[in-house]
Amino acid sequence: MAIPISYNLRNMRLRKGLTAMTALGIALTVATAVFLMALVAGLNKAFATTGDAQNVLALRKGSDAEMNGGFSLDTVQTLRSLPGVAKTADGQPMVSGELVTIIVLPRKDGTGEVNVTVRGTRPVGIAIRPNIKLAEGRWFHSGQREIVVSKSIHGRFAQSDIGQSMRFGKGDWTVVGVFDSGGSAYDSEIWGDVNQMQSDFDRMGGVSSVYLRAVDTASAVTLAQRINDDQRLHLDGVLETAYYGKQTKSGDTIKFVGTFVAFIMAIGSSFAAMNTMYAAVAYRSREIATLRILGFSRFSILTCFVLESLLLSLLGAAGGILMMIPFNGMQTGTQNQSTFSEVVFALHMTPGVVITAVLFAVTMGFIGGLAPAWHAARQEILVALRG
Amino acid sequence: MTLTHFVTKNAFRNKRRSLLTVGSITFSLLLLTLMMTIWRSFYLDKGSEDSAQRLMTRHKVSLANFLPEFYRQRIRSIPGVTHVVPITWFGGKYKDDKAENFFAQFGTDPTEFFKVYTDYKIPPEQAAAWQHDRAGAIVDEHMAKKYGWKVGDKITLKGTIFPMNLELTIRGIYNPPTSTDTLYFDAKYVEESVRWFRGSAGLFASLADSPQSVGRVATTIDDAFRNSPQPTKTESEKAFLLGFISMLGNVKAFILFICGAVVFAILLVSANTMAMSIRERTREVAVLKTLGFPRKTILALFIGEGVTLALVGGLIGSLGATGLVGLVAKGGGFFAGLSVTPGTMGVALLVAGLVGFLSSFAPSYTASRLNIVEGLRHIG
Repeated sequence: MAIPISYNLRNMRLRKGLTAMTALGIALTVATAVFLMALVAGLNKAFATTGDAQNVLALRKGSDAEMNGGFSLDTVQTLRSLPGVAKTADGQPMVSGELVTIIVLPRKDGTGEVNVTVRGTRPVGIAIRPNIKLAEGRWFHSGQREIVVSKSIHGRFAQSDIGQSMRFGKGDWTVVGVFDSGGSAYDSEIWGDVNQMQSDFDRMGGVSSVYLRAVDTASAVTLAQRINDDQRLHLDGVLETAYYGKQTKSGDTIKFVGTFVAFIMAIGSSFAAMNTMYAAVAYRSREIATLRILGFSRFSILTCFVLESLLLSLLGAAGGILMMIPFNGMQTGTQNQSTFSEVVFALHMTPGVVITAVLFAVTMGFIGGLAPAWHAARQEILVALRG
Repeated sequence: MTLTHFVTKNAFRNKRRSLLTVGSITFSLLLLTLMMTIWRSFYLDKGSEDSAQRLMTRHKVSLANFLPEFYRQRIRSIPGVTHVVPITWFGGKYKDDKAENFFAQFGTDPTEFFKVYTDYKIPPEQAAAWQHDRAGAIVDEHMAKKYGWKVGDKITLKGTIFPMNLELTIRGIYNPPTSTDTLYFDAKYVEESVRWFRGSAGLFASLADSPQSVGRVATTIDDAFRNSPQPTKTESEKAFLLGFISMLGNVKAFILFICGAVVFAILLVSANTMAMSIRERTREVAVLKTLGFPRKTILALFIGEGVTLALVGGLIGSLGATGLVGLVAKGGGFFAGLSVTPGTMGVALLVAGLVGFLSSFAPSYTASRLNIVEGLRHIG
């Protein structure tokens, strides 16, 4: 027969201070783990939500990142005539040769300079990405030194309000709008007219990548394959989604550090939980003996104390998760390993993160509770009663 | 029995509890020491003496923009500069995309390279062999071991930025002060095959005549190119490298967050233990008081116990961190050259002692103010 759970709950309430302190210790460990996992989840989200399954990206063969590309306008012409490319309302193929480079901008809060991705594009390039919405102002005009900044650039860098101008390349660029790409990797970019950018970065006539929009997702796959296979082009064709998906490796450093830190802290917290549970067992040895006399088996004593430890850790998990909720959505940046520029992302507490955190705490509670519970179950009744 | 003896005896009388507490503090302090070591190497360490004399000049707009090669002569003519070499990131692929096959590759000028990187050691005949082979390369000792390379081995690097592959022969193995896992080759190799790269360079590394002149030289270089189409940004090697770390994100806040959580967690753990063990001994405290021990002594006894436990944990933890850092540093790469300094260990121990003090103060204070009669009556 099992010992009712209310026995554990009452006991935990009886020693409020001890319970609270142990749970808080576990909560801190859980909070750290949640923080690190939410960072990685946010970063993954930024890359996973970037790209449209209908879009294909053409890069120079062998080049991993857009920035490393570089091919001539003739090639762009060939790409424009490929079958399967969608057309705009006025019959133009939806193909956009773009120039991507990085510039250094000082952060607004004065914590140093950061590499930022600048994309030279054209109206059709905006049409290719229907997920990107204008949040404020208007898009840049062709032939003008105008730029549109992403929402997060707007928040993080000086001189990024509409009407202000930023200085990079060969002069000033007027900010005319703010766009929102819904947390994708484009949220870390500044967009302007490709022709203006080419002259500013001494890349006349050259583009670093070409975006093509296929008529549907199935033809996007064929289109990418065709670009890959075409010997004349000497290009790699990848789906836009696949290209950005690959960049999630940027989170590897955080993931590694996070796992390590969480692991070490978990060992420390397990020890603390064990300590508390040993004290709980020692404190109640007479009670335990009484329970045994009443007919509860060793096994029910064992489960009872393991359960109490689990309850303690669940309390800690709840505390830890609550502690981190205010940080959910907080924006931060890290270096994109493929482009060496900053990618901005938000701390993202996904259900997966929360579930992992709870499991993590439960594991700590289990490890911490098992030995003391075993100790409790194996106590000699007579010795315990006398003690 | 001296008081110190009494404290140590008491600290370890419930062996299991003390071990668990010490263990918990050990792991926390291990983490704290690691974090402080990383902090120190990023933000406080000035680098080696030679490194402090080196400057990096890059295009002001970004690392992705090349500088004209003739800048090298202009930089060389600036007073205070002794030697200049171009450094260009090749970013090639060795074998495959796997992370373990990724390392830095730079094109440079073999004839002057070791005059700027004076702290890189190489046998003179190997340096000469590299200077005579345009398709030659030198690698750092650690990576040569890692990939099993010997002098004379041939390797291929697949270009990602440059549309070409490098077919290199390893001509020398150099030994830097801290291993960097970097391959250097002759930039002329790329210039010959890639037309648009002719006459350009990624960065320039220069050596100043003294660490004091670094700041002045940096401004002079940047002033010289301020109004040219390719303005420059010059900074010390350390500042240049720190720029990459700052791009990893808000590393400072990250480390502080972890340190804060760790310290607070150990504070809770040891406060918990001290509260438990002092409560258990309520009757003993009353006995001590009856025997005539003053309140101050009783306070000192318990605080001493808390501090002892914390210090033992702190010592084991920071020693463990030292061992771990040594092990990781041997692995080279990003953490090469990292070590726990006595100063860092001192701070870790200080934190441990402080945590021990703070956590035992409240329960000890309550114990020392105990009413003797009530204490003797206490059951538990």
